[in-house]
Amino acid sequence: MPALSLRLRESATAWGFISPSVVIILGLSVVPVIWSFLLSLRADDLVTPGRWVGWDNYHALTRDPGFRTAVRNTLVYAGLYVPLSLVGGLALALALNRRIRLIGLYRTLIFVPFVVSAAAQGVLFSFILDPEFGAANSLLHALGISPQGFLTDPDQALFLLVLVSLWSGVGFCVVIYLAALQDVPPELVESARLDGAGRLRMLWHITLPALTPVSVFLLLWQFITALQVFDLVYVTTKGGPLGSTTVVVYFVWEQAFQMFTAGYGAAAAYVLAVALLLAGAVLHLYRRRHARATGQGAVR
Amino acid sequence: MTAPVALRDASRVPARPGRRAGGRRRLPFSAWHLLLAPLSLGFALPLVWLVLSSVMSNAEINRFPPALWPKEIDLAGYRYVLNNAMFPRWFANSFLVAGTAVLSNLVLGSLGGYAFARMRFAGSRLLLGLMLATMVIPFQLTMIPTFLVMKRLGLIDTLGALIVPSLVTPFAVFLFRQFFLSLPRELEEAAWIDGCSRLRVLYSVVLPLARPALATVAVLTFLTTWNDLTWPLIAINHDTQYTLQLGLTTFQGQHHNEWSAIMAGNVITVLPVLVAFLFAQRTFIQSLTSSGLKG
Repeated sequence: MPALSLRLRESATAWGFISPSVVIILGLSVVPVIWSFLLSLRADDLVTPGRWVGWDNYHALTRDPGFRTAVRNTLVYAGLYVPLSLVGGLALALALNRRIRLIGLYRTLIFVPFVVSAAAQGVLFSFILDPEFGAANSLLHALGISPQGFLTDPDQALFLLVLVSLWSGVGFCVVIYLAALQDVPPELVESARLDGAGRLRMLWHITLPALTPVSVFLLLWQFITALQVFDLVYVTTKGGPLGSTTVVVYFVWEQAFQMFTAGYGAAAAYVLAVALLLAGAVLHLYRRRHARATGQGAVR
Repeated sequence: MTAPVALRDASRVPARPGRRAGGRRRLPFSAWHLLLAPLSLGFALPLVWLVLSSVMSNAEINRFPPALWPKEIDLAGYRYVLNNAMFPRWFANSFLVAGTAVLSNLVLGSLGGYAFARMRFAGSRLLLGLMLATMVIPFQLTMIPTFLVMKRLGLIDTLGALIVPSLVTPFAVFLFRQFFLSLPRELEEAAWIDGCSRLRVLYSVVLPLARPALATVAVLTFLTTWNDLTWPLIAINHDTQYTLQLGLTTFQGQHHNEWSAIMAGNVITVLPVLVAFLFAQRTFIQSLTSSGLKG
């Protein structure tokens, strides 16, 4: 059998293997990315024929107070959620990183909220935080504190959404940190202990530096996650009260599927995508530098 | 985290022989329980409250202040949700969508991953690069045109609109590729020389060794498709095609203050994921750490 026909046959088989993935993945990502960009240069309601407006949508975004509010809300949300989930996750992981009775149960209970969908979380906390019938106000009542508006109060809603996200999101950081703590070289810890270093000094000089790559990963990962928050907002507040919880993705969804200004929504989505891409690029560069510095392959 | 330094906790004491993990020796009591028990109960409390309120009567919930513990178990909420609302139908829809996504990601992902890992073909490097690039595209950027593509295909408002985009993800293809690259080639080459086809080699030699990769893809695919709300919200208008997440959300909007029924529906929505998690906890955790730390 000549080599050429073998090569051809292998090529044909390989193409048979990958073609379904290629059609679906490229068809639903590369095509839409280009389409999105073209949409963002048009005034289009997805129903009637649109018209070409060039960069007008992007110009309008910079002057739109609604978009500015959405960006600000998203950054406030991320600015609280990201550091709190990292610090909380690290503290809990350090506390859970020991072999005592029931430790498996503790870990399970702290991680379980992570698998609950954002929609279910939203429905559950709408109930707990219901100003009239919720458990939260009856607890406050028992403590002698006057009832709160919670998600109906523009000053409280966004912060409460951060708290709900932390309830479910901290578990992820705990799991990643716990796995990373297993990789802290025990001989380092042991030699520091023999040198008489106290717990805090060991944490500061050995554990934390060893966890740096994981912390960088989590920082950017949680940031990317936070910029994309939508489901929870949709279920609990619909962006209200008074726009106090309208985040960027909610703004995009509203423009495209409620107001029928799809071109404008696509422009807003492009602004978000560029921000996410930058965060992703930072992570990628850090990993490459770190891999070179530690002489590892490009695995971590 | 400041703990009294005088604490003697088990983790600092080198384990005596015969006290490795899995050994059912009783570990000493530690003062860490005083911190960890209330903390973990605090995390569990909202879920406990979810279950409790689903078996309370509306009368008990709508008192002020509401009861924090049911006097008696009242299943009216569940009866309503299972008989008068469409929850069973939505459950079936969710199951169909998530189940199809899991199966097809395993099949198509392993096929694609194997081709990229072990076969030489024209255009492989370019395709690999393109697929890698698509991993960084956020869904929010593609959701509007994806809606338009589905509309052209006549799939909007059918389960097809939910199934097609989740048939295979670049994540699955890459995870399989990485795993196959880490396997030694000799086994495959032996089967290969015996005249097995590529497909036979993949399904009878390689996949039996790839259980960790299969489990990771299955778990993460199930979790993301079962829990998604954004895409069903965009693609589905008619309530016969709702998934559980979308059904629960609209049900809450339409039944103000019928909290026990809403919470019964919420329990039904969360239960499959919780059961799957409790049964396959180790797999869940390993999936997250392996995919998380290796990016």
